[in-house]
Amino acid sequence: MITAFELGLIYAIMALGVYLTFRILNFPDLTVDGSFTSGAATAAILITNEVDPFLATAAAFVVGSLAGMITGLLHTKGNINGLLAGILTMIGLYSINLRIMDGANVPLLGQDTVISMMRGFTGVGWTSVAVLAAVALIFKLIMDWYLQTDNGLALRATGDNEQMISSFAVSTDRQKIIGLMLSNGLVGIAGAVVAQHQGFADIGMGIGLILVGLASVIVGQAIFGSRSVIQATLAVILGAVVYRLAIQLALNVGLNPNDMKLMSAVLVVAALLLPQWKGFSKLSLRRKGPSPLADAAAPLTTSDAHLSKTSAEKGA
Amino acid sequence: MLNIASVSKTFFPNTVNERRALVDVNLELKEGDFVTVIGSNGAGKSTLLNTVAGRIHQDTGVVSLDGTDVSRLKEHQRAAQVGRVFQDPMAGTAPNLSIEENLSLADRRGRPRGLSRGVTKSKRDRFAEALKQLELGLEGRLKTKVGLLSGGQRQALSLLMATYSDPRVLLLDEHTAALDPQRAELVTRLTRSVVEDKGLTTLMVTHNMVQALEVGNRLIMMHEGRIILDVGAEQKAQMTPQDLLAEFGKLKGAVVDDKTLLQ
Repeated sequence: MITAFELGLIYAIMALGVYLTFRILNFPDLTVDGSFTSGAATAAILITNEVDPFLATAAAFVVGSLAGMITGLLHTKGNINGLLAGILTMIGLYSINLRIMDGANVPLLGQDTVISMMRGFTGVGWTSVAVLAAVALIFKLIMDWYLQTDNGLALRATGDNEQMISSFAVSTDRQKIIGLMLSNGLVGIAGAVVAQHQGFADIGMGIGLILVGLASVIVGQAIFGSRSVIQATLAVILGAVVYRLAIQLALNVGLNPNDMKLMSAVLVVAALLLPQWKGFSKLSLRRKGPSPLADAAAPLTTSDAHLSKTSAEKGA
Repeated sequence: MLNIASVSKTFFPNTVNERRALVDVNLELKEGDFVTVIGSNGAGKSTLLNTVAGRIHQDTGVVSLDGTDVSRLKEHQRAAQVGRVFQDPMAGTAPNLSIEENLSLADRRGRPRGLSRGVTKSKRDRFAEALKQLELGLEGRLKTKVGLLSGGQRQALSLLMATYSDPRVLLLDEHTAALDPQRAELVTRLTRSVVEDKGLTTLMVTHNMVQALEVGNRLIMMHEGRIILDVGAEQKAQMTPQDLLAEFGKLKGAVVDDKTLLQ
């Protein structure tokens, strides 16, 4: 259980990154499957080469953000559809990650890592969970702060109303690239810390990660709300923890670990389909406005699916 | 100050759908000019505005601002000097951001957007002061998300935002057309007062001939991509909507002639 909490809080950093692209920029970014592993690979290879683990984790941020920049350039300057741009970078990164690691995995046994250093103080228990919670919270606060700055506001407006913000002299291309870089940088950090937590980096560790991110964001915001940025980022962190606990629970009742990807996919599909089911909207009628789940899932459904939502908005 | 010289734009050239939206258009606006633009559908009014804004790039000709050729600048680069209000009341504001955050975005027009706080106490006071002019009570709702406002309120806010940082040129694209008469009246009144107060050089497209005559100091009429009528302040003051309709009538005749010729 402790491990589930710990992992949930580490993956929360990744979920904050996914929140930035998926919710703020309205851009489902598949780069994360690759940049997560890139972050892990970079940190692992640096650590085995005696680089300070904190520095190695910071390097993972840089490598992740470079991956985000490539997707951003493909999408904005190359006019490639966002989903495809992400897929292209992700596929390309697979080879690059193999190059970085010079193989399919890098063990970190016996190395000093940020996690082993933390264990030196806290051991494994609620103290280590508290430390990781504090770390996730620091990332959340940084993001809250950034999204209130002039640049952060321009980023939010880029995802909200592109026509409007370019009429106020903001380059939406530039903002999208910045958003993708920050997002994938965070994902890279999460990859680096996960590798240090499990004791190795592996070429397959990022597969399906986008679903983990989306599930965390959607589930978190549906349960804990997203009225303001401050609330939304907290919801994302809690969502990542809830997701990890749910996985742990599923494993405890005897589910095959090999079925986990299918479970993640089914969970996201359920989150996207539920709001379209009439019975569900009746259930959520008691609340005001569109249900938080429908709201959280909106960027991933086609326009028809949330027609009712947009017309409700216009009526407001 | 704003100079449009021999500007032409053709959509879908060399196809059956070819449409000549602007044909050798020349227009010069002096500092503080407030020009209303009328014309039938497809006359090229919106294309003219979009060409000035940089959303559409002309095939030939030059658009210059204060003597500088801005033809090659992208929309967001020109927007440092050009403010815009769109026809759709939803288009000019960011719905998921609060009123104060929207105004803060407008406030930074043409200046770098770095990592300083978007909304500060002193800015908030300035925003509240500016919102009072709208007389919609929005100054007490600074933290309300803009998506919760009505169309009229959003359009009034769009106008305030577009003019907030004193752009060199203000473009209004039928910005009252989607509002009910009462709200349209309000937004028109606000437009006149803000343009007058700030002496903004303005280009306003409208379908409403009464509005076109009442507002501004110059009127142009467009038809099939050309400016076919250009009326100064004095002559405009004496014109009635009937006179304008008569001008339109002449054109309609021309259309009929074309058709007869084709048959």
